[in-house]
Amino acid sequence: MKNDSNDADRARRGRNIMIALGLVAFVVLIFVVTYVRLQGNLGARPL
Amino acid sequence: MTRAMTETAVPTAAPARWQDYFQLLKPRVMSLVVFTGLTGLVCAGKPMHPLLACVAILCIAVGAGASGALNMWYDSDIDAKMRRTRARPVPSGKVQGADALALGVTLSLLSCMLMLIAIGWLAAALLAFTILFYAVVYTMWLKRSTPQNIVIGGLAGALPPVIGWAAAAHAVPMNAWLLCAIIFMWTPPHFWALSLYTSADYGKAGVPMGPVVWGAAKTRLQILVYSLLLVPLCQVPLFTGLGGMVYAAVAAPGGLLFLILAWRLFKSQAGDGGVVGETGLYEVKAGSKDARNLFAFSILYLFAMFAALLAERMLGVPPGLSL
Repeated sequence: MKNDSNDADRARRGRNIMIALGLVAFVVLIFVVTYVRLQGNLGARPL
Repeated sequence: MTRAMTETAVPTAAPARWQDYFQLLKPRVMSLVVFTGLTGLVCAGKPMHPLLACVAILCIAVGAGASGALNMWYDSDIDAKMRRTRARPVPSGKVQGADALALGVTLSLLSCMLMLIAIGWLAAALLAFTILFYAVVYTMWLKRSTPQNIVIGGLAGALPPVIGWAAAAHAVPMNAWLLCAIIFMWTPPHFWALSLYTSADYGKAGVPMGPVVWGAAKTRLQILVYSLLLVPLCQVPLFTGLGGMVYAAVAAPGGLLFLILAWRLFKSQAGDGGVVGETGLYEVKAGSKDARNLFAFSILYLFAMFAALLAERMLGVPPGLSL
């Protein structure tokens, strides 16, 4: 019974870590994409 | 829609791990889609920021994964009946159907949104169309209702190079649609060759694949007809400024071999037995070896042609038949 509970906790912890990593990666990606696109648009702007 | 909208997942004691959710994304299909999408992106020949190119490919991969999750949610009832698919996360009870649906919808929205922000509306719209086409038109409608399911549904698998091209060029010229047409025409002989030696599985699940509905002989004829259409189509890039000498060296002899294998399959007895033994799903009977040979070679042929196009662009080989 205790083993089942440990397995469930371990599986939940693994899922939570992956969700957290996915969300952080998504936020970083949005930031970097915004920076790259802004940089490109500023570079293309006539002086 | 004939599917009973019931929860088919069997609860098990084993808790779902993140790897089970990853399996919902059909990683092997994702890798193929990444490859064809990358080919479209590179063949467009437009300068692109490397990071944005990577994001475009990531969006295509995640969109394909989301389609896979939606497919596994909706098809869990028939997946449970087929030996090839019964170990998938939903029918095996590792993941609940509602969780697969939530994952599919979330990743669909995120991939299309990121494509829109990073690349533009055309690539995002094509990606959204591809996901919807696979999940709704193919999975929910065609798959259970007609033996033409993989012919029409094959469009979803054929669109990634168009999305890749649109991501790089913000346009989809004829050559982009030519890549799409090649995969579209390649899909029926590829899947029907497979279904000739797994037809009992499809029959048991009530999926109207060619051999189940038409019988093996007519399926072999259909494979030959589609092969006769596919091989000339594969030579067209040589005349449209898409493929060069490397592509010609792959597409022409490969096409000839494809036709030989399709002809051998047509003349064979493949699929006539119609039954797959309980001991091995992919155990190929002597009479079905020609089907297995065409199935295996079709993967190699498509991969080699797209790899040749990629190599030509990277090495700067000029298109056409001139040296």
